[in-house]
Amino acid sequence: MTVSIGEIYEEVQPSDVAPEGGQIHGPRAGWKLALSSFVENRLAVAGAGIVVFFILFSFVGPLIYHTNQNSTNPINAFLPPSGAHLLGTDSNGFDELGRMMKGGQAALEIGFFASLIATVIGTLVGAVAGLLGGVVDAFLMRIVDVMLSIPLLFVILIVGDRYNGATVFSLSIIIGIFSWLVSARLVRGEVLSLRVRDFVFASRTMGASRRHLIYKHLIPNALGVVIVNITFQVADTINLLAILGFLGYGLNYPQVSWGDMLSNALNYLSDGYWWVVYPVGVCLVLVVMAFNFIGDALRDTVDVRLRRR
Amino acid sequence: MEPVLEINDLSTHIQLSRSVVQAVGNISMSIAPGETLGLVGESGCGKSMTGLSIMRLLPNGGKVVGGSIKLSGVELTKLSDADIRDVRGNEVAMIFQDSLTSLNPTMNIGRQIAEQVRKHRHVSRAEALERAAEALSIVGFPNSKERLDNFPHQLSGGQRQRVMIAIALSCDPKLLIADEPTTALDVTIQAQILGLLDDLKQRLGMAVLLVTHDMGVVAGRADRVNVMYAGRIVESAPTTELFTHMHHPYTQALLGSIPLLTQNRSERLFSIPGIPPDLTDPPPGCRFAPRCSRATDQCRTEEPALEPATNDHHFACWHPVDGPIVRTTIAVNGTAPAPAGAGEAEHSDAAPGAPETVAARNGSAAEPAFGARGWQSGEGDDRLLVVDDVVREYPVTSGVILQRKVASVKAVSGVSFTVGRGETFGLVGESGCGKTTLGKVIVGLEKADKGQVALRGTNVTGLRDRQLRRFRKDLQMMFQDPIASLDPRMRVGAILREPMKIQGIGTKRQQDKVIADLLGEVGLPANAVERFPHEFSGGQRQRIGLARALTLNPQVIVADEPVSALDVSIRSQVLNLMKRLQETHGITYIVISHDLAVVKFLADRIGVMYLGKLVEMGTGEDIYLRPVHHYTAGLIATVPEPDPMREKSKSEVGIKGELPSPVTPPSGCRFRTRCPAAQQICAEEEPPFRPFHPGHVAACHFPLQQPIDGGDPLAAQAGTAPTIAGS
Ligand SMILES: Nc1ncnc2c1ncn2[C@@H]1O[C@H](COP(=O)(O)OP(=O)(O)OP(=O)(O)O)[C@@H](O)[C@H]1O
Ligand code: SF4
Ligand code: SF4
Ligand SMILES: [Mg+2]
Repeated sequence: MTVSIGEIYEEVQPSDVAPEGGQIHGPRAGWKLALSSFVENRLAVAGAGIVVFFILFSFVGPLIYHTNQNSTNPINAFLPPSGAHLLGTDSNGFDELGRMMKGGQAALEIGFFASLIATVIGTLVGAVAGLLGGVVDAFLMRIVDVMLSIPLLFVILIVGDRYNGATVFSLSIIIGIFSWLVSARLVRGEVLSLRVRDFVFASRTMGASRRHLIYKHLIPNALGVVIVNITFQVADTINLLAILGFLGYGLNYPQVSWGDMLSNALNYLSDGYWWVVYPVGVCLVLVVMAFNFIGDALRDTVDVRLRRR
Repeated sequence: MEPVLEINDLSTHIQLSRSVVQAVGNISMSIAPGETLGLVGESGCGKSMTGLSIMRLLPNGGKVVGGSIKLSGVELTKLSDADIRDVRGNEVAMIFQDSLTSLNPTMNIGRQIAEQVRKHRHVSRAEALERAAEALSIVGFPNSKERLDNFPHQLSGGQRQRVMIAIALSCDPKLLIADEPTTALDVTIQAQILGLLDDLKQRLGMAVLLVTHDMGVVAGRADRVNVMYAGRIVESAPTTELFTHMHHPYTQALLGSIPLLTQNRSERLFSIPGIPPDLTDPPPGCRFAPRCSRATDQCRTEEPALEPATNDHHFACWHPVDGPIVRTTIAVNGTAPAPAGAGEAEHSDAAPGAPETVAARNGSAAEPAFGARGWQSGEGDDRLLVVDDVVREYPVTSGVILQRKVASVKAVSGVSFTVGRGETFGLVGESGCGKTTLGKVIVGLEKADKGQVALRGTNVTGLRDRQLRRFRKDLQMMFQDPIASLDPRMRVGAILREPMKIQGIGTKRQQDKVIADLLGEVGLPANAVERFPHEFSGGQRQRIGLARALTLNPQVIVADEPVSALDVSIRSQVLNLMKRLQETHGITYIVISHDLAVVKFLADRIGVMYLGKLVEMGTGEDIYLRPVHHYTAGLIATVPEPDPMREKSKSEVGIKGELPSPVTPPSGCRFRTRCPAAQQICAEEEPPFRPFHPGHVAACHFPLQQPIDGGDPLAAQAGTAPTIAGS
């Protein structure tokens, strides 16, 4: 509550005792408020925990849990979980747990890279459209409309087919280039509303240049929306990656994604090789869910600050 | 007679995630049939929650935790949810402040009213529509049958509020709860709606609970008034009694801090120190104690109960006062303002129990009158700012990619005036009359399509970016919304440093010193620099806004509705501060407001705007005591004053009709569509400015007073006016 009782007017008490406008008793600094509201959200904390766990699992895990992920070994195919292979082996005799770590690396890397690309393009386009307005804005937004009406999956399938398989790098770029639309719209909306806010006008009456307005007011204030959007974008990308893998357009051997693993494994589900299906499936669901939780909580945090303003 | 509504010891709490807001605490009240009970108080005091408790429409977490609400003897708190739905809209109806969000935008208004009828009455669709048309004609829609097909967005704010009233009345409720029914409307429309409510109440014999923060509104409309503070009713009395013989120090202080039209403006406003308590943790004892000048230890520990003083006058206070604060006022019938401190007090029966009068506090007899320089001024420096024939039109475009200009909104159409150094010029007018646009043109936030704004003889509107930037430091602005005008991601230190940084003034150390000095001047603690805007209260934020406007030591500050967003008790603090800073810094203010009393309190001279044009200009006394233009006169008649005697003696609706569209303003005199004296020539010829007193000019063909013979408007302005457009 931004309420204080100590606001004492100078005519009642001399001004050297208490300032006339009163002491400040409001909630503390913005990021602390934001952090506390984030931490209060159990799901968000769980989500953050899951993400940290999977980052460690995928990148640090292989250093501890050494497995051979380079050469197939049909003799070892479909070994059930044991001391040597904690989650058994798959149809090629790869250690399932080690493979999941490798798949996790791909998922997280592509998730982050693609979102980064999408966000950078989206923020730029959105900011330019929002700032310049007029014909430029109308033109850019029509492009966005048109592109939004093309199913992203088709495009990626066609492009993927043409280039015959993909690497982490190429998939990141392809997904990134085609998923900046939503962030462009978001940022544009934000910039449009920020641009006519009184604090921007105030800055202009001081003689601020356009540059100053962009760097000091527009970007810091639009950042919240952008960051929230990144988390959702990561979740979407990981999902998309899984779908691609599942459809057989995943990463090229020897790289592997969870989607590849799933599509492969589903053939053997009826044979009782549960360990090649469920653990991967659970990982995928957990990670996507975790990013969504974080995104939701961040959005609430940004909103709380909006409400407090 | 049995009361329609009887509330006993009602308490309502709202559960938040970590605390409980004690929004309404142990209140009791009753309303008789045909009676209007006013419920007044500052924002957050629990007025709305009281109304919502009756309707059982509390926000999430809200719950009536004790007491009873009886409607014609039926206990509402015990009813099931289904039963209360039957009562809602049928026996008790409610209208809200925001008519746009209360109406369904996708349904025409005929259906919306008819649905309400069919919810509670077993009638056919056709009958319900019949009833809807009837209700619409009752609330003042001519040819109401055709109006049934209108959608909410096709109606103006005032018309939408009429529709809300029609919906509320469609089932003949016994009780109407009106929560700030006119706060979002212009004064002229407000007067129409309040008049309508009064009239309907009498015709239909229902009881009305009028919830408002505006003392002027209750003064004219309520039979009895309950004053709420921090969730409690602190005083309850018949209206006239409350305004003239209040016993609670809060009531007294609240009324004392409202600027009056009759106010002697050289006097400071009374102001209540501090802000209302946090209702999640109200102080023990009397809730007003932290801000009360009469508080004793008893007040701080024991809570006073609402006790009767006389049969129908109750108050809750250990050390009651008797009657209002004495203020010096201008003599309403004469022409000369009464001298400060010596003038006849309007409420001369000021009581011994009153706290020291404002005059005594400030020693105002010894202080020079604020703005004593007045409008009369010689040459040179006194023409600090010249606004000459400024025109600003916003294009209305259509088409998605090729945006063709199809029409234009005539926001400002040829406005001219001059302001001298250290003077305060006020601009009043209804919303949409172009006040804010004009303010933005003056500080260079908007380009003028025609005309110029000259500061110290330099045409600012003609300047290119870089030169303009240098001039901008002399033209600063103070904004209406103290929250929106401060960047939420910047600390107060950075906010105050920003102007100096942009202008490249001073070293970091020098800037720090300026910031520290400014904070002291506007009455904020030094540790404010590390805080973010959301950590401050509304009044504190407005102080920051004022400090920022002062950072560059500007010559002119344009204050756009500087106190509209603030509560009454905080408002007077900021108004006093603005005046004090003007004296110490020699600033020239241009104060823009829809509130005539605020403008009159601050300004040496006032310009009245109507639909993009100035229609009258003169001193506050000229405007208030001797208005010449029919619009000014109508405006003054509609402004609700916190004085029941004056309010109740006012004639009916002051100005008829609604503001015409600024896209196609009326020809000739723009006010002619609503003017009682309009004649043929008003439509054909635009009236020229003519002088009526020295410095008092107005543009009307049939003015309310005789102009000075053969007067030349330019001469009348003591040679300070530039050519006046359209004359
Ligand atoms: N939805 C809500 N959630 C939590 N607290 C609320 C909510 N609405 C109101 N309150 C709190 O309840 C108290 C009473 O609020 P209420 O709206 O009744 O005040 P009011 O007198 O109508 O003020 P205003 O003049 O601003 O309309 C305040 O402390 C307010 O902060
Ligand atoms: S009880 Fe005491 S603190 Fe409360 S209003 Fe009365 S005098 Fe002031
Ligand atoms: S000029 Fe005519 S219409 Fe305008 S205010 Fe005067 S009398 Fe009324
Ligand atoms: Mg309210």
